[in-house]
Amino acid sequence: MTTLVNRAPQETRGNWKTYAALAAFMVISAFPVYWMFVIATSTDEKVMGFPPTVIPGDQLLVNLGEVFGMQNVYFTASLINSVIVAGVVTATTLFFCSLAGFAFAKLRFRYRNALMFVVILTLTVPNQLGVVALYILMARLDWNGTLLAVIAPGLVTAFGVFYMRQFISHAIPDELIEAARIDGALTLRIYWTVVLPAIRPALAVLGLLTFVATWNDFQWPLITLGGTDFPTSMVALSDLASGNYVIYRRVLAGAFAATVPLVILLLIGGRQIVRGIMEGALK
Amino acid sequence: MSLTQTRPAPPGEPKHAPPPRSRYWWYRFDTKTVPYLLIAPFFLLFAVFGLFPIIFNAVVSLRNWRIDEPDNRGWAGGENFSRLLTDDDFWNALGNTFGIFVLSTIPQLLIALIVANLLNRKLRATTWWRVGILLPYVTPVAASTLVFAMFFARDYGLANWFLSLVGFGEEDPIDWRAAKWSSWIAIATMVNWKWIGYNALLYLSAMQSIPKDVYEAAAVDGAGPWTQLWRITVPMIQPVILFTVVLSTIGGLQLFNEPMLFDENPASASGGSDGQFQTIAQLIYKVGWKDLNLGYAAAMSWALFLIILIVAGVNALATRRLGGDK
Repeated sequence: MTTLVNRAPQETRGNWKTYAALAAFMVISAFPVYWMFVIATSTDEKVMGFPPTVIPGDQLLVNLGEVFGMQNVYFTASLINSVIVAGVVTATTLFFCSLAGFAFAKLRFRYRNALMFVVILTLTVPNQLGVVALYILMARLDWNGTLLAVIAPGLVTAFGVFYMRQFISHAIPDELIEAARIDGALTLRIYWTVVLPAIRPALAVLGLLTFVATWNDFQWPLITLGGTDFPTSMVALSDLASGNYVIYRRVLAGAFAATVPLVILLLIGGRQIVRGIMEGALK
Repeated sequence: MSLTQTRPAPPGEPKHAPPPRSRYWWYRFDTKTVPYLLIAPFFLLFAVFGLFPIIFNAVVSLRNWRIDEPDNRGWAGGENFSRLLTDDDFWNALGNTFGIFVLSTIPQLLIALIVANLLNRKLRATTWWRVGILLPYVTPVAASTLVFAMFFARDYGLANWFLSLVGFGEEDPIDWRAAKWSSWIAIATMVNWKWIGYNALLYLSAMQSIPKDVYEAAAVDGAGPWTQLWRITVPMIQPVILFTVVLSTIGGLQLFNEPMLFDENPASASGGSDGQFQTIAQLIYKVGWKDLNLGYAAAMSWALFLIILIVAGVNALATRRLGGDK
C-alpha cells in the first residue's frame, strides 16, 4: 500500500470510526421497530411505568389475541384486505407495465416517442391534486367503501412503465426479438417466451417496491374506506389509535403485526430493493 | 435508436416463405395494432383514475360542492379561492407545513449525505449495511408514527426520559404536542427517520460513479476526507442532490400521515388542540371529509399544487446555484 491515505473514498478501507458511526445509525433506524415489539409484548403497568420499559415482555400472544379478537375493529379482515390490495396492485402493475415497457422498448409504431413523452410527463403530476375529484368519481361508480376504490388507481404506474422500458431496452438485444419473429412468433408470444424470462430481476424490483408502497399507503384508503367496517390494515391502525381510551400495547401489537410482513419482505428481497432504489427508483 | 430495430418485413418481400393469406392478416394486425393494445391499459387507466380527476378537480374547485347538500351545485366562480386568502386555518396550516418542511428536509439530506459517505468506503458486509438502513423505509408510517407518538409522550415517553437523564426538564417535562416548536420537531424527527436511509442510497449510487482519479489529485494537495466530501463529492453528485431536493419538497409539502397519527385523536384531523401542527394536506382532508365541503377542499389542493411548483422550482434553482459556486 502506498502512503497516500486520502485517496478516493471508495478505495479507503473503513476504520473503526466508520463502523461505529454506521452501527449507531443502524440502532437508531431499528429502534422504533424494536420498541414497537417491546410495547406489543408488555403489560399496561410496564407501558405506563417510569422509566419507560425497553426490554420485551412475555405478553405478545395476549396482546395480539386482543387485537385480533376486537369486536369493533376487524383487524384480521383488515390485514387480509391489505394482502388482497397490495397483491392485486402488484400483479397488475407488473403485468401492464411490462407489456407497455416492452412495446416502448422494442416495437415500432407511430407516435411512439410522443406517447413515451406523455408517460414521463405524467410522472411529475402529484396524484394528491386529484384526490377530491377521485372521491367524487368513485362515488359515481358506487365504489367508495369497497376495495375496488383502493385497487383501481394503483393498477398501473407511469414509473413502472418507464422503469420497464429502461430495463428491457438494455437487457434484451434486438436480435433476439428479430430471431423470434423470423421463426414466426407473434408479438404476444415474444412477450411471453422471450421478454418475461429475461426481465425477472426487474419484475422482482418493481414488485417489491410496489408492494411496500401499496401496503403502506394511508391517505387514500383512509378517505375512501374510512368509517367502513373492513378497511385496510393502515386505516384499522388509525382506528385503533382513535378514541378516548387508547390501549397502547394493543395498538402497537397491531402495528407490529402490520409491519412484520414488510420486514420479512426486506429480509428476503433486500438486495433487490437496494438495487432498485440505487438505480433511481421514485417514492 | 439502433439500426437493428425490429421492423416487420414490408409486405411483398417476405424474408422467408410468403405467409398464407389468413396468416397475412394476422401478421398485419400483429405489427400494426398490437403495439397500441400493449400500451392501451396504461393510457386508459391513467386517463380515468389519474388525469380525469386532476382536470375535474379544477371544475369542482370552481363550484359549490358539499357532500351534505347534493342540490347546491351551482358555480361558485373564484369564491373558493378568494376565501382561501382570508382563511386563518389555511395560513396557519401553510406556516406549519413550511416549518416542518424546513426542519425535516435540511437535516434529512445533510445526514443522508454523511451516511452515504460512510457507506462509500471499503466495508465488510456491504449489502447488510445497505439493507439495514432501509428498515425505516419499509416500515409503514402508520405504524412508526404511533411508536413515535409514544416516544414523545409527556409523562411516560422515552424522549423526556432521555432529557431527564441529562438533567433537563425533570421538574417540568416537555409536552411535545402542545406547542408549535416542539410538535414540529417531533414530526420532523419522524420524517427524517423515515427518509434518511432512502436518500443515502440515492447519494451512494451517484458517489460510486465518480471516477477515482478525481480524488487522487486532491489527495496529493493534502485534502482530508471532510474537504474531499464538500469540495469534490458534493459538487460531483449535484444532479442527484437536485433530484432529492425536488422529491423531498414534493413529499414534505404534502405531509399527511405523521401529523394525522401524532394527534391525540387522529380521527379529528385537527393537528393538535389548537391546530399547532395541522398541515395543508391534513386541512384538505378535514375540509373535504369532516366539514364535507369538497369544492373548497379542491381549491385548497390546487393552491397546494401551485405552492409546490413554486417552491420546488426555487429549491432547484438555489441548489444549482450553490453547487455552481463551488
